Amino acid sequence: MTDTEQAIIAMAAKKTSSLAMVITLGLVAMLSGLLVVITWQLTLEPIEKNKRIMIEKAIFQVIADAQYRQTYAITNKGLVSGEQGDGLPFYAAFDKTGQLKGIAIASAAQGYAGMVNLLYGYDPVCECIRGFSIIKMAETPGLGDKILTDEKFLTNFKALDARIDSDNNALKNAIVSVKHGSKSNPWEVDAISGATITSKAVAKAINQSAQVILPKLKPYISQLIYTPVEKQE
Amino acid sequence: MPIKEDHSITADTFLDGVWKDNPVFVMLLGMCPVLAVTNSVVNALAMGIATTFVLICSSVLISLLRKLIPKEVRIATYIVIIATFVTITDYVIQAISLELYNALGAFIQLIVVNCMILGRAEAYASKNKPLKTMINGLGMGLGFTIALLCLGSVRELLGNGSLLGFSIFGAQFQPWVVMILPPGGFFVLGSWLLLFNWIEERKKNNTATSKVSHAGAAASKGAS
Repeated sequence: MTDTEQAIIAMAAKKTSSLAMVITLGLVAMLSGLLVVITWQLTLEPIEKNKRIMIEKAIFQVIADAQYRQTYAITNKGLVSGEQGDGLPFYAAFDKTGQLKGIAIASAAQGYAGMVNLLYGYDPVCECIRGFSIIKMAETPGLGDKILTDEKFLTNFKALDARIDSDNNALKNAIVSVKHGSKSNPWEVDAISGATITSKAVAKAINQSAQVILPKLKPYISQLIYTPVEKQE
Repeated sequence: MPIKEDHSITADTFLDGVWKDNPVFVMLLGMCPVLAVTNSVVNALAMGIATTFVLICSSVLISLLRKLIPKEVRIATYIVIIATFVTITDYVIQAISLELYNALGAFIQLIVVNCMILGRAEAYASKNKPLKTMINGLGMGLGFTIALLCLGSVRELLGNGSLLGFSIFGAQFQPWVVMILPPGGFFVLGSWLLLFNWIEERKKNNTATSKVSHAGAAASKGAS
């Protein structure tokens, strides 16, 4: 008879005391906590780095020729550098010579399967949207995710009109998605047939955010200057 | 109580999980990730490796602690141990690649309730020595990964026309989108089960023809 057998028989014979159970669970929980904390410590830096790289990749995808980026936010007090909890965050992207190439802003809207999180690029010179990239979405493969590959849909974002009205508090023309093939104005998004809801979500996400942030951003555009002192990775 | 502990480690300790007791094709365990994340080879491979890691680590730890864990709280203890390694895996995958992490979605956290791992803990790790448990877990994990790859490669090939992201059929291929959607998982799993049961039956009596109907029934059971 081995030790285990004896242990099993002993266990079956008498009930384990509550104290033993509490001690076992407590010890296992402590061990578990220790392991999780160690892993968290070790992976914190690479995870942060991955997140930064992912955002940078998305920014440089929506703004052509961009090389550097800086994070800003618009708060009640005005323009501040870095991410601020209560402000509206955005990223300014600069080319090699430090010239402002565009502004990338994150937004989200309800798609067909959950939220469509995206980042869009705004060009202050032509006052238009120059592109978008998806941060996260769960749209149907082969249908909703055509918004990433459908060339006709992507031409909508070559120069999507986003001028600000004369009162300076909203877009002159709201960005809307229209039925496939019926686009007639530069501020309309020609939806993909078969992915109408996702196309709509893209337009809605951009419109929602652009309506609020672009008028507020306009007076500060000249203040967006590349400062190489800031850590660039 | 005639419990006999067999400490001998044979080739079967390892190979059971790969073929005879394959967790997916024979025991039909852990169906949730099998159906959900096998829409591409990369996802299937990552899920297989993640599950194998959790399986081996948790069963070795459970095996080490098997004499200390009171039987009344064993399930709770197993879940805590499994959840620990799942959390570790979760962080590690985020550190390796956020894209992969987003593709796998909630299914990494759901490894906690993968019945294959809890089943191994209860049926094997709590009765065997750590080394034997580890070898068995490795075999089971490998069997699980192979099964996921079987599904993932067929689904990616038919549903996207590619393998590991490389285009195989060229641009003129019209993909069967249904294959990377949830129903495709059921179709492909059913077909694989049909094939494996057919092979198994054939081995048993060398007259396959009369038994195909049985294999078909098992396949539809697995897909239901």
